[in-house]
Amino acid sequence: MAEYKWPDADKRTQIGKRIARLDGAVKVSGKAKYNSDLNRPGMLHGKVLRSPHAHAKIISIDTSAAEQMPGVKAVHIINGVGFEIRWAGENIVAVAALDEPTAEDAIRAIKVQYEKLPHLVVDHDLKIAGEWATPTNESKKGDYEKGFAEAEVIHEGVYGMPVITHCCLEPHGSVTEWEDDNLLVHLSTQAVSGIAAQMATPMEIPAGKIRVKQDHIGGGFGSKFGPDAWDVAGAKLSKKAGGKPVRIFLERDAELMVAGTRPSHYAKVKIGAKKDGTLTAWQSESWGSGGPNGSGSPPLPYVIDIPNQSRKHVSIANHVGPSRAWRAPNHPQACFVTMSALEDLAAKLNMDPLEFVLKNKALLGTRKDNYADELMLAAEKIGWKKTWHPRGDKTPGPIKRGLGLSFHTWGGGGHASDCDLVIQPDGSVEVRMGTQDLGVGTRTALAIVAADTLALPLEAIKISIGDNRFPASGGSGGSTTIGGISASTRRASLDALDKIFEKAAPTLNAQPAELEAIGGKIQVKGDASRSLTWAQACAKLGAMPITVRGKNPGPGPLTSQGVGGVQMADVAVDIETGIVKINKIVAVQDCGLIINLKLTESQVYGALIMGVCWALYEEKINDQTTGKTLNANMEFYKLAGIGDIGQLEVHMMTGKGYDERGVIGIGEPPAVSPGAVISNAVANAIGVRVPGLPLTPDRVLAALETKGGR
Amino acid sequence: MSDEKNKSDQQKSGVSRRSFLKASGISLGVPLVVGHRVINVNGQEVKLYGPTKTSITLTINGAKQTVEVEPRVTLLEALRHELDITGAKRVCDRATCGACTMIVGGKAVYSCTVLAIEAQGKPITTVESLMQGEKLHPLQQAFVDNDGQQCGYCTPGFVMACKAFLDKNPSPTPEEVQKGLGGNLCRCGTYMGVRAAVLQAATMHKGGKNHG
Ligand code: FES
Ligand code: FES
Repeated sequence: MAEYKWPDADKRTQIGKRIARLDGAVKVSGKAKYNSDLNRPGMLHGKVLRSPHAHAKIISIDTSAAEQMPGVKAVHIINGVGFEIRWAGENIVAVAALDEPTAEDAIRAIKVQYEKLPHLVVDHDLKIAGEWATPTNESKKGDYEKGFAEAEVIHEGVYGMPVITHCCLEPHGSVTEWEDDNLLVHLSTQAVSGIAAQMATPMEIPAGKIRVKQDHIGGGFGSKFGPDAWDVAGAKLSKKAGGKPVRIFLERDAELMVAGTRPSHYAKVKIGAKKDGTLTAWQSESWGSGGPNGSGSPPLPYVIDIPNQSRKHVSIANHVGPSRAWRAPNHPQACFVTMSALEDLAAKLNMDPLEFVLKNKALLGTRKDNYADELMLAAEKIGWKKTWHPRGDKTPGPIKRGLGLSFHTWGGGGHASDCDLVIQPDGSVEVRMGTQDLGVGTRTALAIVAADTLALPLEAIKISIGDNRFPASGGSGGSTTIGGISASTRRASLDALDKIFEKAAPTLNAQPAELEAIGGKIQVKGDASRSLTWAQACAKLGAMPITVRGKNPGPGPLTSQGVGGVQMADVAVDIETGIVKINKIVAVQDCGLIINLKLTESQVYGALIMGVCWALYEEKINDQTTGKTLNANMEFYKLAGIGDIGQLEVHMMTGKGYDERGVIGIGEPPAVSPGAVISNAVANAIGVRVPGLPLTPDRVLAALETKGGR
Repeated sequence: MSDEKNKSDQQKSGVSRRSFLKASGISLGVPLVVGHRVINVNGQEVKLYGPTKTSITLTINGAKQTVEVEPRVTLLEALRHELDITGAKRVCDRATCGACTMIVGGKAVYSCTVLAIEAQGKPITTVESLMQGEKLHPLQQAFVDNDGQQCGYCTPGFVMACKAFLDKNPSPTPEEVQKGLGGNLCRCGTYMGVRAAVLQAATMHKGGKNHG
């Protein structure tokens, strides 16, 4: 039986190299069909009427005018009379019509009466949250009072970051249709294998009758794990319209109002240390909101395990569209608060934050040595020694430059993921898996693992994913995909190879255990003269293909969990306009054994760029008077452009000490630090903390104001 | 919801418009092209469309295609839903993100903000036209080589914006790339790859290779 481990470094032919994504060509040519691109035969266009109120009761609904409009084929009430609306944009009625303009007209023709109820859509001030605030977490460690008594320098501060949205460029939605009593769902989803079970109950049909397909997805970031109410409505409209396909994809305003947010987080922090920088105590009282279900409790203090702690968290359940997992849930919030407080304390101690962190290295947990290595490497790449200065750039002129640092962690162990590896007697190889490629390179990674293991070229592996008829694979969340899919594919490939060895051995006058796969051949180990080509060896299978099922049994040599990373930023702030510019950000990151270096780096670049977006621009602005989101569009819900991100440099830690941990996910960890690292660099530049994100000019100028003079 | 009802609706709106025009002293001409009417306003001939579906002809990637759309339908939607040309994407739907970028009459435009009827008579180039058979355009190849795409939803728009940009400025500086491509947004964060791709494509162009 094969030993399930990764090949040694000198034996890897594809693993760890820089390989361009296999679906690059279909994406750059416009040929890639996303589910939002589908024009199914006879397809109807669906639209959803949404609540204009944040908190209200539905008194009456009149859909008669809409139903009688020419071209309208079906109307479905999602939430009927008596329903309590808990956020603006909540679904009320869905319609399906021959074309989009007609569906829009039909929506406008529906009359709904509401009874307005009191609402809360803001969250920055705990005092006005009233009955909607609930303490959810209170914990202590050590003796924080004693810790503060021992402290020689204490810093107190308040930090906060607002609700932001996922803003996937492909909106949420689906095309649903019936084939007799079977439902076909083309859904934009991060969890192809998990949708049928979630849709079965609302549709009142067995999950086995639901087929889910998706070739490509235009972004998810944690917000696309389930079918949404509008997808279920689409399927119901389709049924009413005789099974015709119904397309419902959200308009941009709805996408920003109801399709997922990252909870806000605010914290009052007290942190203490001895004069030499030794940390002694932490106290935090934090709060946050994420819609009707409130907010999670970010892990404070983050990474750095200060000996004496007291923590309290209050969750505000308010009337905004519900939060969903957003890249590394709870970590960016905890990181921003902790790193800000650390850097502010370092400034008070007159210490270089890099030295301050290294002084407290013992508090950095099991991977403290990795962190220290990563800190030194990042410092070298950003020019920390040369460019860092004590708080406040003293050079004349309005442009102030500063450096900041931050570090983060994440789990990222592989999820359950079944792989069917099919080998045909003509030598064709196919990997079948009910997974999805979010643009992270899942297809490419599957091909790399199978090709490297079977000693075949990448093009020899056909990758079939994105269909729930393939073996079940977990949802792509929490950076669990790469560990899961690579482990099961490696195991399936090794087992398949054993079968091929068995069949080929007699011809080669050898025992199966004496064979190896190398350069497209099956040969006696070290003896190229006794070999079969891959096709010749597979011909020994006879007439029938073999299918080998691989599983990921969990942590082991193939995948484990727990990674760290360090980021450092160099920024320039114009103290006259308050505008922050990124000069450079360096990311040093580990994630165990890397399958594809090129696309792994792309994940880190992407996380940094997304991080610049929320550090500098992103905020979902809710208006307490009307209960509405004021910037549910992309002019005023701003993302960074190609000129806003400065220079970025990514360094992946590989080799000894990293590779033997097995494969670990990368999507979340580098997305944690950007807010913290940019905020710290700004504080270093202008000499005062801007306590809130995003670092918009008004916030920067207001902070400079508190400092008094400039 | 029958076709008959549809027809009677059309007639109704037609009549009311005619009487409106008569009353306001504008004379109705004979339709020159099926799908719109021509009216005379102060001696000038003006095409009048809608409000119901009307037949229009678009010149897309060199081929003339006829579609029936309401005048309020955008160029983007006419291509995506009537002609199944889906490379360009609808994202912001109001001229902010560039996912819908096409080249119309030699200029990069946000096709979500151009009415289909307005695009008649102008050459429309979409991302689908760039490949020569199975061969990627050098700019597209540069996107693949430099990983200028992740989920890829912004990519067709970005490719077209880059194409129009390089057509105007075949050897840009890195600074010009950052300024000139500010009209396209990517959520996955592919800007580093896009920057490198544009510079690679520009270098190939300078080298005299077929730039298309
Ligand atoms: S969809 Fe046209 S610019 Fe965004
Ligand atoms: S690649 Fe996903 S939005 Fe640009």
